[in-house]
Amino acid sequence: MEKKEPKVVVNHLTKKFGDLLVLDDLNFEVSEGEFLCIVGPTGCGKTTFLNSLTRLYEPTAGEILVNGIPVDPKKQNISYIFQEYSSFPWLTVEQNVRFGLDIKRVPKAEADASVEEMLDIVGLTKFRNYYPSQLSISMLQRVAIARAFATKPELLLMDEPYGQLDIDLRFKLEDELLKLWQRTGTTVLFITHNIEEAVYLSQNIMVLTNKPTSVKTVIPNPLPLPRDVMSQEFVDLRNQVTDLIKWW
Amino acid sequence: MQKKQKIRLDRYLFISVLSVCVGIFIWWLVTDGLGIFRSNVLPSPIKVFKTFLRKWVETKPDGATLFQHVFASLQVALGGYLIGAAIGIPLGIFMAWNDKIDMFVRPVFDLVRTIPGVAWTSVMVTLVGIGYMSKALVIFIAAMVAMVINSYSGIKQTKTVHLWVGQTFGASNWDLLTKVAIPSALPMIFTGLDVALGSAWTTLVAAELLASTKGLGFMIQQARGIFRLDIVIVGMVVIAITGAILSSILRFFQRKFVKGGRM
Repeated sequence: MEKKEPKVVVNHLTKKFGDLLVLDDLNFEVSEGEFLCIVGPTGCGKTTFLNSLTRLYEPTAGEILVNGIPVDPKKQNISYIFQEYSSFPWLTVEQNVRFGLDIKRVPKAEADASVEEMLDIVGLTKFRNYYPSQLSISMLQRVAIARAFATKPELLLMDEPYGQLDIDLRFKLEDELLKLWQRTGTTVLFITHNIEEAVYLSQNIMVLTNKPTSVKTVIPNPLPLPRDVMSQEFVDLRNQVTDLIKWW
Repeated sequence: MQKKQKIRLDRYLFISVLSVCVGIFIWWLVTDGLGIFRSNVLPSPIKVFKTFLRKWVETKPDGATLFQHVFASLQVALGGYLIGAAIGIPLGIFMAWNDKIDMFVRPVFDLVRTIPGVAWTSVMVTLVGIGYMSKALVIFIAAMVAMVINSYSGIKQTKTVHLWVGQTFGASNWDLLTKVAIPSALPMIFTGLDVALGSAWTTLVAAELLASTKGLGFMIQQARGIFRLDIVIVGMVVIAITGAILSSILRFFQRKFVKGGRM
């Protein structure tokens, strides 16, 4: 099989907060269009890892290349879905979805089309004039997803976006995400502490170690989509990943 | 839902009107009703109301009609207030946004903010004389302090995750300020405008008591000198009503510009 071009290359990524070493010499590559799930023990620095990738935290050492050049959200089309609710309370659903397009100065006709498409996909067209304070938790996460995909990002980072949802909603939004990913071909880095979620979504699963964090291993996930969480292969893979992150 | 809200609003309105009526009734009771206070000590509400009506056309004893006094006061108060807003809000925003501006301005600001607005009156009168400018400057200082503090706090309270959303979309510093921080700070900025309106109005009356030839504070001061308590109370009531009207105008703009409520 022909090897895809790496979309993201991380060389010797290290992050310290004062004397505390959080990320310790991380090296890995992510292929174009790959869906990579990142799992690791609680508090191992998963969020720091993603924030360093986007330069929200300046890395202490190492380099992060996207398309062969150092990562810079001003030059590359990146979207980030955060763990906490990040919808702007002063904007309506539609204005929230349009936010990234406005920042990127996308022409109005193109932006309108993208907003309509995304509102339709996440099922919020009827709620376009609502404010976030009027929405349920799952709707808020959908707004964040629609906003992230509206700019058609080449790289999408997600930090436990469904961590606070119940299982029904989680499965529903995970399916929506998979559809969007298949449709757009975006490269996705998805952090989760939920191993089942990682096995359900990913093409590859990166397992991180306890702090100071380094890459323990990357496990390929060959299960065909859509996945059956009850199937033996699914359970086996889930157990394999669980064994790898066990610290007890 | 809307019906419920309307019932609640009607009830609120009813209770508000009732409380004012009860207040006026007690006032009437202790004056005309039971005669506890003589009219030269505390004029009755009826006498005050008559004086209120007469003062619209009469210039005695202070040389101007009520309208002229209100107009003079509004002119000064709004002049100082608007300049205070035009300088105070951007100053607060940029102090919060830029550390260097903060470091440069804060020491002076911290000294100025502790001085009560009225304390500036004598200085301003000495500098620019009795008249519009001295009072407007006193009000400007009083109003500006509240606006700077609230705008500053509003910007500082911008949620990090909101700024991060902008940053990861590649927003420039200016975009982050204008599209994230300022909209997020808008409720606090309006609180500043509200607080500043209160302090502008009270400072105005105090300034007019000391240095003026027209205005509601001046009217009160003159009436006090000749024991016309009815005019004093008219002045007080007009101050209260004008303040309330200005506040509701501000709230109208607040509803227009501050959207979405709190999360």
